[in-house]
Amino acid sequence: MSYILETRDLTQVYGAGTPFERTALDHVNIQVEKGEILGVIGHTGSGKSTLIQHFNGLLKPTSGEVLLSGHSIWDAKGKCDRKTRFAVGLVFQYPEYQLFEETIAKDIAFGPQNMGLSATEVEKRVREAMDFVGLDPALANHSPFALSGGQKRRVAIAGVIAMRPQVLILDEPTAGLDPAGRDEILAQIQDYHARSGATILIVSHSMEDIARMADRLLVMNRAHVMLCGTPREVFAHADEIARAGLDIPEITKVIRELNRRGIELDPSIYTVEDAVRAIRAYKEGK
Amino acid sequence: MLRDITIGQYFPGTSVVHRTDPRLKLVLVIAMIVTLFLASGPVSYALLALYILSVIKISGIQPKMVVRGLKPVVFIVAFTALLNLFYTPGTELWSFGILHITDQGIRVAILMVVRILLLIIGTSMLTYTTSPIELTDGLEMLLSPFKKVHLPVHELAMMMSIALRFIPTLIEETEKIIAAQKARGADFESGNLVQRARAMVPILVPLFISAFRRADELAIAMECRLYRGDVGRTRMKQMKFGAVDALTGTVSVIVFAAVIVLGRFGW
Amino acid sequence: MSEIIKTEALRYVYQTAEGGQKVALDGVDLSIARGEFVAVLGHNGSGKSTLASHFNGIRLPTGGAVYVDSMDTRDPNRLYDIRKTCAMVFQNPDNQIVATVVEEDVAFALENLGIPPDEIRRRVDDALKAVGMYEFRRHAPHKLSGGQKQRVAIAGVIAMMPRCVIFDEPTAMLDPSGRKEVMRVIRDLNSRLGITVVLITHHMDEAVQAGRVIVMHAGKVLMQGTPREIFTQVDALREASLTVPQTIEVLFDLNNQIGSDLPIDALTVDECADILEGYLRPTAAN
Repeated sequence: MSYILETRDLTQVYGAGTPFERTALDHVNIQVEKGEILGVIGHTGSGKSTLIQHFNGLLKPTSGEVLLSGHSIWDAKGKCDRKTRFAVGLVFQYPEYQLFEETIAKDIAFGPQNMGLSATEVEKRVREAMDFVGLDPALANHSPFALSGGQKRRVAIAGVIAMRPQVLILDEPTAGLDPAGRDEILAQIQDYHARSGATILIVSHSMEDIARMADRLLVMNRAHVMLCGTPREVFAHADEIARAGLDIPEITKVIRELNRRGIELDPSIYTVEDAVRAIRAYKEGK
Repeated sequence: MLRDITIGQYFPGTSVVHRTDPRLKLVLVIAMIVTLFLASGPVSYALLALYILSVIKISGIQPKMVVRGLKPVVFIVAFTALLNLFYTPGTELWSFGILHITDQGIRVAILMVVRILLLIIGTSMLTYTTSPIELTDGLEMLLSPFKKVHLPVHELAMMMSIALRFIPTLIEETEKIIAAQKARGADFESGNLVQRARAMVPILVPLFISAFRRADELAIAMECRLYRGDVGRTRMKQMKFGAVDALTGTVSVIVFAAVIVLGRFGW
Repeated sequence: MSEIIKTEALRYVYQTAEGGQKVALDGVDLSIARGEFVAVLGHNGSGKSTLASHFNGIRLPTGGAVYVDSMDTRDPNRLYDIRKTCAMVFQNPDNQIVATVVEEDVAFALENLGIPPDEIRRRVDDALKAVGMYEFRRHAPHKLSGGQKQRVAIAGVIAMMPRCVIFDEPTAMLDPSGRKEVMRVIRDLNSRLGITVVLITHHMDEAVQAGRVIVMHAGKVLMQGTPREIFTQVDALREASLTVPQTIEVLFDLNNQIGSDLPIDALTVDECADILEGYLRPTAAN
């Protein structure tokens, strides 16, 4: 089976040959399965932001390969087809700061128009994308700049969704939002995943946020892949994760503390629901 | 790509040139420019070139860097040289159609090239060895007598230093916006001039909005930190005109005077 | 009198872009004592940031009054003294740093105050040491990490030696390690330097560190009390679109599901583990 996205010994060196030389990615090998939600976790400077810019050809590898559906995104002449950008949609951090059009509809239409779609198709995509992110269709002709921060972010996400990418990558989609705003955006992304079947990559430095919804987690540390697997598999290495400067959920810490005190509970628990279930099972098993 | 643009590049160091009072450096650069225009013959130019070369030597800045700084002006220098070469009247040495090369032309062209190069190297030594903040402070203090005639000297200096502070931030922001719009399929590389100009809109609009938002927030933050213009303001760093400055000043003035005197005699 | 900030029936109404009126603060009565560490918690749009901007005269009440150290913020002649007493640190560290060198920026407020150069030097050094940024004093701010920039901004206000510092969501734009750095500095200001701290936040794990928590909702004070008193009111907090610490949530959910009567006021991992250990192994309590 071929993967939708794959990297082979992907290496990125910034400022090669200068005193500021820095390796952001060091022989990274990743396989992304079609239709999955993959959480990418790492602290600032771990290489995760560099990694996602390779997936749609915004950056060119120093060495190694990036494959989309089994084909290298860079051709023999060293060019990356613009179609890659449409197949792999990338939503940057604080995407609301890239809005520029007079109306919400026009802004969302920017991507589809660049794809060279017909006016009716563009319009259809805009409506569909607004629906996906839960924007009221009546807002279509309003200025995006009059919206609240959270709503502006939805417009920006819709602008990428409207290109109907096979893979949607979101860099810190919840940055700066309050708990309610965070939950809404995450629910919307899950809903989009269920309805479109697209492959989704979410980058975050918050384990708690994405552990819940991701099928698999990828932990980046110092330009390398530190861990990759289901949330359970990853959280079984909670100590390593903490040493890499990442937060592990408080509830995992509680379970680990109980383990230390000789109470046997599954150390890879990362949600409150699972913890409650495990505690009840333990009590009843006694 | 955008990071390669450096306005008033500064190479930190601890040499005498670096430590010289920025006010003195500013005055000396102006004096040097004036002197440059009063020099007239090979001898006076050579003396001034020697002076500037010594400054480079003392500053410890690699001559390679200085040469690299000349790249953007190569075209202007060449153009000026050709113009002078062909259009200076004098004893004709060679001619082809409307092009005439004269003995005077060669002389003037060479001196002109030397003059422009010395001008650029001399002034860039100021920015190479003086941090932007020292430069702004020096300028503010030098111009402070003009406050009496209501020239907003302090405000201008403040504007300059805030601009310097935000240039790197806005460059970084521009790169982010460009990447974000490229991810939406924006194409900045193809099309004719009009199409390319239109392609800039998705970059410029967010950049402007962001710059205004930053300006707004910065203004509030400055007010919260008790900024009210020039009223009763002091400075942490005091500029001291020391013995080294006096010596630097004296040597420079003597050299400039010599150049001017030599220039008067047409040397 | 002992309070440093006092609001009386504070009301703030503003014009919306569409020409309507919106009530951001609706009758807020608060008093904050000298030396206190108060967290103001609330979701976006709850009025918490509007409230903070009244504490040093950035906004003026449209009804009621705000007193800072007994000075009425509506008196333009006292504005300068109010801002000297009550300093403010904002969300975006980039937009509050004025100078191109760290130490020059920290000196900015002192230069504005007309303090002699020797004393500025001393206070700048002290302030930079207090936030752990002394060795970065000659660096350019734009090359620092988010957490470091925010610490520089904090040094810039504490150099003024204010009695009170208002932090308006100071960690919203930072990564987990940056958030920890900044929170450590904030706690230090309060405990070591005795500065009154008002922390506006929507992170409950930050509010837990305060002495008193004020919860804002729809322009009103919903409740206030010690973190222990506030965070055990799980239903009320959820109502106000806020989350509770997982250490409390797990105990609360456990009680709900099995009708147990465990104490739920666990603010730390250890407290939570203690309670669960007592429940799972009743003999261990002896």
